[in-house]
Formats: sequence, structure tokens, C-alpha cells
Amino acid sequence: MKELVVISGKGGTGKTSLVASFAALAKDHVMVDCDVGAADLHLVLNPEILESHDYYGGKEAIIDQDLCTKCGKCKEVCRFNAVDDDMMIRPLFCEGCGACVFICPEKAIRLEDSLSGEWFLSDTIYAPMVHARLGIAEDNSGLLVSLIRGKARELAKEQGRNLLITDGSPGIGCPVIASITGADLILIVVEPTLSGMHDLKRVADLTKYFDVDAVVTVNKYDLNEDITNQVEEYCRQNDLQFLARLPYDEAVVRAQIARKPVVSFGESKVATEIKKLYNDVSNILNK
Amino acid sequence: MKITLASGKGGTGKTTIATNLAYLLSKDKEITLLDCDVEEPNAHIFIKPTWTDSYTTYLPIPKVDMDKCIHCGICGDSCQFSAIANIGDKVLTYPELCHGCGLCMMACPTGAITEQNREIGTVELGHSGNIKMAHGKLRIGEAMSPPLINAVKKHASEDGITIIDAPPGTSCPVIATIQESDFIILVTEPTPFGLNDLKLAVGMVREIGVPMAVAINRSDLGDNAVKEYCEEEGITVILEIPNLRKAAQNYSKGHLIVKEMPELEKHFSGIMASIEKELSK
Repeated sequence: MKELVVISGKGGTGKTSLVASFAALAKDHVMVDCDVGAADLHLVLNPEILESHDYYGGKEAIIDQDLCTKCGKCKEVCRFNAVDDDMMIRPLFCEGCGACVFICPEKAIRLEDSLSGEWFLSDTIYAPMVHARLGIAEDNSGLLVSLIRGKARELAKEQGRNLLITDGSPGIGCPVIASITGADLILIVVEPTLSGMHDLKRVADLTKYFDVDAVVTVNKYDLNEDITNQVEEYCRQNDLQFLARLPYDEAVVRAQIARKPVVSFGESKVATEIKKLYNDVSNILNK
Repeated sequence: MKITLASGKGGTGKTTIATNLAYLLSKDKEITLLDCDVEEPNAHIFIKPTWTDSYTTYLPIPKVDMDKCIHCGICGDSCQFSAIANIGDKVLTYPELCHGCGLCMMACPTGAITEQNREIGTVELGHSGNIKMAHGKLRIGEAMSPPLINAVKKHASEDGITIIDAPPGTSCPVIATIQESDFIILVTEPTPFGLNDLKLAVGMVREIGVPMAVAINRSDLGDNAVKEYCEEEGITVILEIPNLRKAAQNYSKGHLIVKEMPELEKHFSGIMASIEKELSK
């Protein structure tokens, strides 16, 4: 079984649009949407949810007001500013560490499992899909990402599918780290801008830090061919395979509005290039 | 006053609006710009500050004195993050998992645990004209951005205007950034992804309870659904920037679009007045 994870560093480079097209092009695959804080893949793949499960991401402290004497020791000891001036817990700040539970002389505080979101096993016309919704303002997205990657792997095994295609999130922090560790191949989608170039360097360093193989594609390359060339040169100098230049194409937005992958939305220049890109990625995965 | 640019979706134009707004406002007053997208900071590309100072920020992680350790296992049992464990006669720590809560240190009956530092990242300070800038750069491989974001936020202006560029999304780095903002501008694009993520971001801002408005970037790109949503929800659209290839090209080169295309200034001109109006509601 192989896993392809699509990340970008910079937001808005076209990861989800590309992954949606890969869904239509691949065979024997399972789709995974690891952008759990702002998931969009379902908007194009139109999944039918077969199972939904609660996700308990961490814990939160609850103070029993009957036992609380407002001594303030919990506030002193909390490093996350999660106890307000009235000795009430601020759930948005609480990390569920238990320091307050430990220190409270009245044993007035307990930790409870915190319902942080939901994850889903779904079906689409292209492949089964595993996705999730992290609750508003919840943290521990990394754990949820790891959970759904694991579930996708189990599902693939059960159904004899041998490819996971994973849509990642922007940035280089915990949900991205959780989505790339152990992957067979990372595809970094870059935009040809100074910002995109800057972010590429950081996300490429991240893949090296976690020892995962990465390949690169530039999306909307014709916006700035000079920087596209710089990206290609950077790849050459840093042991990253540069795979493709995808042109800016209004078909991408039109396909999105029609809720279809762009490769399933008639002929377009970008669709042709995406098909070639997928072919290259597939060959690399199957080496 | 702290004005934060946030979004659900990445790549909608937070940094574009933050930097161009900061530049325009700085023409007649001192402005502070904080780039809290510590994972992928980009504001400096457009502001081009002269850097004057930098310092490293750390998270405290446990250090175990094995001479004092009695192998009771309380540290491992207490830790909610599996960052410390007593296995046989060894105490293993997993610094990358540690949240720096200090519980193991408090819980250890023999005082065997003290703290050492794990590097989270660097804060850099600089200026360009009337703009004072600070940003953070998360150490590659570090999972936790909020402590670094909080360090950057300490450089907010006491009494002037601070513009804060947030990371994309709705999870904990964004929450850490938008806390204590006076006003939030949610930046979106008029596409299905843009609308979907805008709804999540609106839910997030309502949870925090800060006044907000929406900015629609590349406003003639997709369909009308975002505008209709804002109308239904009673959210003011405070700024619209059209989808102009020339603006995108300027952006790609690291230029401030209002500098290269002064005709775009008019889109920004009413923002502060609109924000004051929203705040007075």
C-alpha cells in the first residue's frame, strides 16, 4: 500500500483542487482529507457518509463550584492562562494538562474527555473517503489527522485497495506533521510567487526533517515564469524532483462551482497537465 | 487598537491586505504590524523591514535528575501527553510531545524533575518607514505554534494601531492569534471553498466574541454565494478587491499592490472608518 500526501506550505496553492482531480484519475484508492480544520475536498467529491464517529481529542478541566473555595492556586499553576479572575476555566485556553487538578487543595477539579469533532467513513463515485470535522476553536488537530490516516489504511486493507491519496493542510505545524510522517511520497504544490518560494523552502525542510521523499509541482506557473524557473532550480539544488508546471486556468474555479474535479469538467489546458502530472506521480509511487 | 486579518481558507489574501493596509495607514502615523503566521511568515517580503533584533523563544520541558528519582512512575502516570515515562530503571522523555505544563515537575515527590528548554522558534523585530514589524519563525519540526505566536503578540502597540496577520484555518494557532483583537477582518474568495471555510471562520470568531467584517478578495472571480451569505448573516463586507492579473503579478514579485497600482488605493480608503462604524454598533 502506498500513500501520497499533498501539502504546500503556503495556503491557496491548489492542493484540494489537485487532489480532487487525482481522485478521478486514480484506481484502487482511498481518499483522505487531512485538512480537518477547514476541509473542502468533500465539496467536490460529494461523499455519502456511511459512518460517523465522535472524536474526543483531549481533556478539559471542570471545576466543581460547590467545592471550590476560590483560593486561586489553580490560576497560579496554569501555564495556559486558562483560569480567569473569577476562578472559572476558559475552555478555549485549557490544554487539559491536569496541573490544576493536581494542585487543588479541595479536589474540586476534574479532567473530562472533550468532544472535539467527528470523523466520517464515506463513499464517493471515485473511491471511499475518510474525512473529519474538527470542532470550532478546538485544538489537537494532529491527533485527529493521525486517527483518520490510520482508519483509511485499515479501510484500504479491508477492501484490497493499495493507494491512499491524502489532502493536507497549509503550514508546517502539527496537522501537517501528523499528515506526512510515514508517507511514501509528498507532493508539494507551489505558487510562483516570492511568498510561495519562501514557504516552499520551509516545507521542503520539513520533509527532510521527517525523512519523507518529496516532489514538487508549480501551479498557475504562467503568473510568473521567472519564479517558476527559480523553483525548478531550487529543486535541482536540493534533491527534489520537479514534476510539472500547471497553467492558470479559469476552468478550475468553474469546475469547483460545478462541484466536479477539473479533469471531469470537459477539456482544458490544466486538465491535460494534471493528467500528465498524475501519471508521473503514479510512476514514482510504483517504482 | 488591534485589527486582525484571518480567514478559514488559505491563500485568500490576508497578508496582501494586512501589508497594503499597514502601508497606507503608515503614510500619516506609526503602525505596528505583527505577522503571527509563524509557520510560514510572508509579510516581511512586502514590507522589507530592516531587522534590528531577534531572540529565541523556548518551551520548558522536563529534565530528570536520576540520582533523585525513586522510580515511582508518578510523572508518567500524570502526564496527559505521553511526554514522560518511567520504564524499568529509566525515565524517558519525549520533548516533541511536551506541552510545557509543569505537572510532572510538581507531581514528582522527590523534586527530581527540573526544567530545561526546547527551542520553539525565533522572534524578529524590525522597521520600515513608519511601520514597526515583528514576526515569528517556527523551528522546522516544531509542532506547537501558540507559544511563539504569544511571544510575537507581546510586541503589539500600547496605544496605536496594530495590524495582525493571522495564519489560515480555524484551529489553535489562529485562536491564539485572534485572542484580544479589537476587530477581525475575515478574508475570503467568492468560491465554494472560500464560502465553506468562511462559515467555519465566522463560527470561530463568534465563539471568541470579537466584532468582525468580511473582505472579499478577487471579488469577481467566482459566484455570488459569499455575498449572499454575508447578507443573510448580517456581516458587513468591508472591502472588495477585484481579480486582476496585474495585481497577482505584482504580488508574485513581492510588491505592495497599492504602491504599484495606486488605482487600488480607493478600495482600502474607507476601511478604518468602516471599522469604527462597526465597533460603534
